[in-house]
Amino acid sequence: MNWITNYVRPRINSIFSRREVPENLWTKCDECGQMLFHRELAENLNVCTNCGHHMHISPRKRFEALFDGGVFGKVAVPAPLADPLHFRDQKKYPDRMKAAQKGTGEEEAMLVAEGEIGRTPIVAAAQDFSFMGGSMGMYVGNAIIAAAERAVATHRPLILFSAAGGARMQEGILSLMQMPRTTVAVQMLKEAGLPYIVVLTHPTTGGVTASYAMLGDVQIAEPNALICFAGPRVIEQTIRETLPDGFQRAEYLLDHGMLDRVTPRTKLREELITITRMLMGLPPAVLADLPPPAPTESDAEPAQPVMDPAEKSAEPAPVVPPVKS
Amino acid sequence: MTNYLDFEKPLAEIEGKAEELRALARQSEGMDVEDEAKALDKKAADMLADMYKSLTPWRKCQVARHPDRPHCRDYIDALFTEFTPLAGDRNFADDLAVMGGMARLGDRPVVLIGHEKGHDTKSRIERNFGMARPEGYRKAVRLMQLADRFNLPVITLVDTAGAYPGKGAEERGQSEAIARSTEACLSIGVPLVSVIIGEGGSGGAVAFASANRVAMLEHSVYSVISPEGCASILWKDSEKMREAAEALRLTAQDLTKLGVCDRIIPEPLGGAHRARPDTITRVGTVIEEMLGELSGMSRKDLIANRRRKFLDIGSKGLAA
Ligand SMILES: [Zn+2]
Repeated sequence: MNWITNYVRPRINSIFSRREVPENLWTKCDECGQMLFHRELAENLNVCTNCGHHMHISPRKRFEALFDGGVFGKVAVPAPLADPLHFRDQKKYPDRMKAAQKGTGEEEAMLVAEGEIGRTPIVAAAQDFSFMGGSMGMYVGNAIIAAAERAVATHRPLILFSAAGGARMQEGILSLMQMPRTTVAVQMLKEAGLPYIVVLTHPTTGGVTASYAMLGDVQIAEPNALICFAGPRVIEQTIRETLPDGFQRAEYLLDHGMLDRVTPRTKLREELITITRMLMGLPPAVLADLPPPAPTESDAEPAQPVMDPAEKSAEPAPVVPPVKS
Repeated sequence: MTNYLDFEKPLAEIEGKAEELRALARQSEGMDVEDEAKALDKKAADMLADMYKSLTPWRKCQVARHPDRPHCRDYIDALFTEFTPLAGDRNFADDLAVMGGMARLGDRPVVLIGHEKGHDTKSRIERNFGMARPEGYRKAVRLMQLADRFNLPVITLVDTAGAYPGKGAEERGQSEAIARSTEACLSIGVPLVSVIIGEGGSGGAVAFASANRVAMLEHSVYSVISPEGCASILWKDSEKMREAAEALRLTAQDLTKLGVCDRIIPEPLGGAHRARPDTITRVGTVIEEMLGELSGMSRKDLIANRRRKFLDIGSKGLAA
């Protein structure tokens, strides 16, 4: 394996500083219709404070809330070939990419980071549904491989948050090939005896569900997340009957034995700390607000220049429409 | 009777005319049409050669789905002896969309796994048109593990529009079953070779084709999504399947450039369905050759070779 996984020194970034979230904005919960104060919603990790509906959250915001003190280092992902098939539908693929990059402020549909949760060192990867439907192309494959390699190299568990409509059609067969590629990444973790924990978020479908998102040692889902191989519309067209209530939702999968747990986003961090520490043979965590970890030796490694997340947060946060459920 | 594809219509007309002439001659004594009929034969043969020399990606999809194309069962009957089907996933059911079992290729015992679409209405329904449910993938996992334990090479024949999108299939974990089957492909310490004989439909195909060697018949296709599905999502018009087939690069020729297909098995003129025994023999030869390339490799090397192959995919584009 010769993926470049340059370690980037963690940078301090503040969690939900006031300037990121203009206070004059309100969001309407598309489940219960309640008008929610934007800042309050962000503080509750985009979970409706009225009905508990889980709205979209970006990987960056998720990591800021997940890691101790909101501090994490970005794990570099090797850049794949751009537009390998010269794919063109009604739009050119590179144009779709540019629009997604502009809309999200991110490079691609997955962010990989390392840091500590409850003083437990982990590597985490999160898929971004707002970036071309979180679709799995070569970048996402490379990201999962880089995450697994980093986890193996530093002997840390990998926690992966999935969210995707499936494979990225614009990369044709090369997107399909991410199913075996990411499976190899999972095998690296298993062979190194490291936990691989999957948190399925809304929605996780298609080739993503049928590969790395279903191969976790522990499978957790956020409430009401749609999790499936074939989407409900495709099935209704095939079998010509209406599907039962809650079909393919997290709770339905839990009932059918396909998941270990369904856990609200606001309780996830604590649960992930508990689980990873048990699987890593560590004593129980002290669950409290902890200061950022002291710099470690690995911080001294040469860092690759990346955009400073703190700087980035100063820009107006892109408003991502909540995912319909 | 030949089943013609829509683009073969001009060909059907000429071949029909030749047949008519000959039928006419048989009824009326002393009528000699052979020269004329032979000229028509020649014209038809030229047209066929011309048509199949440069099939568009969409036409290849049609050829790959041709009902008379040899299916998994035909290959098993012709190429193997002592085929001993092994059934069931030990959990819920036996999925007839997936054929599996032990057999001999020459003297060598092997494990065989393949999608079977069926050849008439009854068998098509029985086989669910080759669209497997979780039980099919779980049966495959079981058979791969059996092969691994007893050191038998595994041969997979891929021919599916995709995994079945049904209510029960979803409830019983279609995604997990596919993921585990791919995982099994990548874990076994025995040679695994795969031939895409018709349609390689998405995850349902990958689950069998994450192999040391992947060969494709000349006019078979392998894709992340069907051209119709892609057209309806990206063009918002399922009639744009020709454009989608073009854009997806799903032909054996493009997939070879992309490093996904290791070798192309030439089809007889006019496609596999026009010369089934010949096609089957060619596939058999390539299977033997691919297994030959892997013989003598250690378990560790076989696994490493397979993983490396997939990790490296994507490093070169179409230009390479
Ligand atoms: Zn609400």
